[in-house]
Amino acid sequence: MVERRPDLRPAHQINLLMRCVQSARQVAHTCLTPAYMSVITDTRIRQKIPLWRDERALKAVAQIVSAIIIIGFLYWGISNFLTITEQRGMPLTYQFLKEPAGFPVAESYIAYEPTMSFGRAFTVGLVNTLVVSVSGIVLATLLGLIVGLARLSSNWLVNRTALAFIEFHRNIPLLVLLFLWYFGVFTRLPRVKESIILAGPVYINQRGIYLIWLRLTETGGVFLAFALVGVMLSITAWMVLRRIRETHGRETYFGGVSLAILILIPFIGWFVSGGEPFQPNEPVLQGFNFQGGLRLSPEFAALLIGLTTYTAAFIAEVFRAGILAVRKGQIEAARALGLKNNQVLSLIILPQALRVVIPPLISQYLNLTKNSSLALTIGYQELFAVGKITINQAGRAVPVFLMVMATYLVISLLTSLILNIYNRRVQFIEK
Amino acid sequence: MSDASEILAPPSPPGFYEWLRKNLFSNWFNALLTIFSLVFLYLALVNVIRWMFFTADWRPVTGSPLLFLIGQYPRDQLWRPGLSLLICALLIGMSWGVWERYVKAFAIFLGILLGVLALIPLETPTITLVVRAVFLVCPFLIFGGFWVGRRSGVQGRHVTTLWLIAAIFILLVLLPGLSSIPALPVVPTTAWGGLLVTLLLAIGGIVLSFPIGVLLALGRRSSLPVVKLFSILFIEVVRGVPLVTILFMFSIILTLFMPAESRIDRILRALMAMVFFSAAYTAENVRGGLQAIPEGQVEAAKALGLSGLQITSFIVLPQALRLVIPNIVGQFISLFKDTTLVIIVGINDLLGIGNAVLNLQPDFVRLQMEVYLFITAIFWVFSYFMSYASLELEKALGVGER
Repeated sequence: MVERRPDLRPAHQINLLMRCVQSARQVAHTCLTPAYMSVITDTRIRQKIPLWRDERALKAVAQIVSAIIIIGFLYWGISNFLTITEQRGMPLTYQFLKEPAGFPVAESYIAYEPTMSFGRAFTVGLVNTLVVSVSGIVLATLLGLIVGLARLSSNWLVNRTALAFIEFHRNIPLLVLLFLWYFGVFTRLPRVKESIILAGPVYINQRGIYLIWLRLTETGGVFLAFALVGVMLSITAWMVLRRIRETHGRETYFGGVSLAILILIPFIGWFVSGGEPFQPNEPVLQGFNFQGGLRLSPEFAALLIGLTTYTAAFIAEVFRAGILAVRKGQIEAARALGLKNNQVLSLIILPQALRVVIPPLISQYLNLTKNSSLALTIGYQELFAVGKITINQAGRAVPVFLMVMATYLVISLLTSLILNIYNRRVQFIEK
Repeated sequence: MSDASEILAPPSPPGFYEWLRKNLFSNWFNALLTIFSLVFLYLALVNVIRWMFFTADWRPVTGSPLLFLIGQYPRDQLWRPGLSLLICALLIGMSWGVWERYVKAFAIFLGILLGVLALIPLETPTITLVVRAVFLVCPFLIFGGFWVGRRSGVQGRHVTTLWLIAAIFILLVLLPGLSSIPALPVVPTTAWGGLLVTLLLAIGGIVLSFPIGVLLALGRRSSLPVVKLFSILFIEVVRGVPLVTILFMFSIILTLFMPAESRIDRILRALMAMVFFSAAYTAENVRGGLQAIPEGQVEAAKALGLSGLQITSFIVLPQALRLVIPNIVGQFISLFKDTTLVIIVGINDLLGIGNAVLNLQPDFVRLQMEVYLFITAIFWVFSYFMSYASLELEKALGVGER
């Protein structure tokens, strides 16, 4: 009845045999003495698995052992740390954040003086990181899209130029690229008197890049408020009208209506603010330096260019893959249905390409943010650089260090959380 | 039905003008683009070439090639890196013979490069005749190794074993030296530098981080909640922070968590940081491969009576790893590039030597562009060959086809 199976281990064979015996006994009992049915239990089966072979027991043991090893290791490290800090007298507290920092930070977008606290200096560093990351992300996305499209161009020369750009940037370290831009280009720029002048006007010299910029007049705030309200209203109108169309199937012209709101309300604001919310703010040479306009310091400019071109090379490949992932048949089918070219692009190609593009794009954005910590080497004082100075000044390596790491972690997790929510919205909803 | 006469001749290959018309001037927009990019490329190329051959001052690079290769390694002990180079050349040749096209381009390139290095006239006293002789022997060793590797008796695992033995011998005995052997005086790692350290960190990081990464990936998919939790925590925390912070942690913070008397070598600490960082990324790549293996494979293996360990090592991992080879190679390339960050913790890798060379003579200070471009070229070549090998491997394994 039970054939010998050489490929099964003895345990399995015994198991099989036991099961056969049991079922035979059950059959016998049912047929012969039904009254004894209730007495039969499978205690023998249950006893058969010893504790050291029971999968559940083994798993529990494995977990306890690994937990003990990891926690023991951490405990060992932390106890070492506590003895050392006790010897050196630097307890793990964050009191020092309120003490005056005493070091200058070259660039700050919020008010900062060396007499302010370490906590303030840290915030300045954080803002600097965010500024360079956000501008880098925006520029890298644009440049990446252009290069990615150029890579798909049917023009051989354009195609190859884009390929050269991508291959150059993907195969060199970002740090070397930053050094090339900063030490190779920006520190070799001419002096202020001999500035390079580009159309715009843009002045480029040792002190940085000077761009023309807009300056708000006294009534500029009114215009800004109107513009903000306009943007918010138009987004709301878009969402509400679109929902109405989707649920009721009635044409609501959501695109046109929200566009009209978007233009009209700032337009009213323009008049309310007296017709002149902005004035152009042009950099002018005064004495030894340029005044006015927007100044990008050489450090910031080098970091921004380096981060942007480096990440753009990766983003270009992401976009290319995304567009190639849309099957040709989709476009042909859309044309056959009579969709116009812009409809094919916005209704067929983009939604499908986005689905492929977004996850790798998220990781590129996160990479850019983390890579901005390399600014330390070229003297742009962002989060990590400020943290490093703080460690030297306050002598509290571990607390500062934990703060820096936690901040990066929060930025990363927040960014990926927001983009993942967006990602979920554009993905296919599969049954 | 179809006569022979009805079958059209295959279209003749497009002529030069046909190709031009199709690829560069298909419509007015393309023609405009072509002309625009031609002008742009012409201006760029002319300026670059003029700069490279007339304006640029390559003395920092040509004046101290040994510094870029091995850093401050004692010059009276030069035979040690020299011997290491010869061993590596032979093994690269054998790898070329065994694995054919994945190594071919790199091996040939390396042979030519070393030959050029041996013969190029340089006005430096550091490159002695002996050094040139070593460089000159390398191409022949590569070719000899290729010839040996081609023979049917030599297989991939033999070469892998030889590589392993050579790596252990070179890194633990030959280069650092042993205090017990008078012929091999100890050379502290503070004297190491240049390409030697860059390659050491990159290869060490790649080799050591891979098994840890695989274990972490398995841990993340484990059914044991505690193991899973620790794996997820490790992977997500490490991936959420920049490499700089981890390098910094290992170089400064680690000593605070160790017993007061213990000292870990500086380069070893940097290597630990690279491994730590890279393992988390490798884990995520491997996890992608693990998720792609259908559940049926595991169930089938269970039905055959394989144990959990057997299922993982014989059924799941081989298939999963094959799927993610391109990603893992890409990750190794980025690890290789990331080794430059160790200059932040004061290690003289290739980039660090570049900075040091700039301070060698007062008139070198303004020559950053030349030095950094030279370093860029070295990194570019290595990374490019790695991605090339990865593409070939991808084709050979048929990723995405099976």
